[in-house]
Amino acid sequence: MINPLRSEAEAYRFLLLTVGYFAVIALAALAIGTWAGIIVFLGLTLAGVVYVARARRVEPPRQAVPSRRGRANERRILVIANETVGGERLRNEIHTRSEGYDAHVLVVTPALNSHLRHWASDEDNARLEAQKRLEASLGRLRAAGIDAKGEVGDAEPVQAMEDALRLFGADEIIISTHPEGRSHWLEKGSSKRPGNASRSRSRTWSSTSQRNTKKSKSRPSNTVCY
Amino acid sequence: MAAHAEAHHGPPIANQSSRVDAPTLGMLLFIASEVMLFGSFFTIYFFARVVAGPAEWPPPPFHLPVFVAGVNTAILVTSSFTMHWSLQAIKRGNRAGMQAGLVLTVALGLTFLLTQIREYSRVGFSPQDGAFGSTFYGLTGLHGAHVFVGLTILTFTTIRAFRGHFTPAEHRGVEISGIYWHFVDVMWIVVYTTVYIL
Repeated sequence: MINPLRSEAEAYRFLLLTVGYFAVIALAALAIGTWAGIIVFLGLTLAGVVYVARARRVEPPRQAVPSRRGRANERRILVIANETVGGERLRNEIHTRSEGYDAHVLVVTPALNSHLRHWASDEDNARLEAQKRLEASLGRLRAAGIDAKGEVGDAEPVQAMEDALRLFGADEIIISTHPEGRSHWLEKGSSKRPGNASRSRSRTWSSTSQRNTKKSKSRPSNTVCY
Repeated sequence: MAAHAEAHHGPPIANQSSRVDAPTLGMLLFIASEVMLFGSFFTIYFFARVVAGPAEWPPPPFHLPVFVAGVNTAILVTSSFTMHWSLQAIKRGNRAGMQAGLVLTVALGLTFLLTQIREYSRVGFSPQDGAFGSTFYGLTGLHGAHVFVGLTILTFTTIRAFRGHFTPAEHRGVEISGIYWHFVDVMWIVVYTTVYIL
């Protein structure tokens, strides 16, 4: 979204544009007449709307992930899991992918909520429930000898993933869900969209990660869904 | 190897998205509400002037001090330059520049406000003088109130600057007050052009 007041520098630029915009309108109105001012106003406004629409279309994807600053032998695995993180297959997958590395695992549990409650900002219960599920998941991982930290994420799974990626430069993303049909959050299309969230980060990944990303156009191979 | 969730007692931690940081989002929402407030005043103004107003605007025998208000506009726009300079200075680690910029911004803003008050005392009509007087004082007064709030924020920012706050890495106080001040200036450009020029 183009936001002219996101920072002081942008607000300052917006002010200068406003001064220019109104100066031209006032000059036209004073020099020629009120109707000239109105025509200039309409013309400039239309040009501004077209510019904003075009700028939005060519706006580059946002940089979702900061550059990873970890050591070479470090492996950072982001697990997006609602409640099935304790599954054996997933644990094996984490073990396989972190073997030989100094592994750091971050489990993010989206605070899934109904649309109505989400828009009403009534999310306390959803976050409490998510916290309970997260603690249960971390307990199972601990029992399996996996070093993991956890946090409750946004109600929207893709947003939760994006938030986590900003602070946790992951090498791997693992999405853990029930099989299709049993999973409610699959209905939000999250498992089909991780490529969108992680495509922007591929630019800051290690060369290995970039190579993996190129293998699949629709979904990076280091994004795994269970 | 220990697995742990972040320990937390009391109500759940407020969800904070990474799309925009909370203080900036708060200022954005505040400014959005301000835009709506000014929008309602402009609606009244245009209704009084275009739909229900007299053929001539301002209605005789009233006159607006366009030149004085123009000089005042230049003063306010200049204060945005000094505000921008102040933030650029602290970003470069120039503390004296930041302090000078903030002091100048406050001085220019105060000059604007005092000039407007002086203009009120000499303009020759009051808010009771029909729709014209009401809308004029309503719009310029609303903006003046915002200048006062902006000056209050900037005064605190200036005090903080002289007390050693803000660094090249951490200067959100200057950034946020700068956004607000530029917004106040933008609104004045709209008010001045609409009320005094057109």
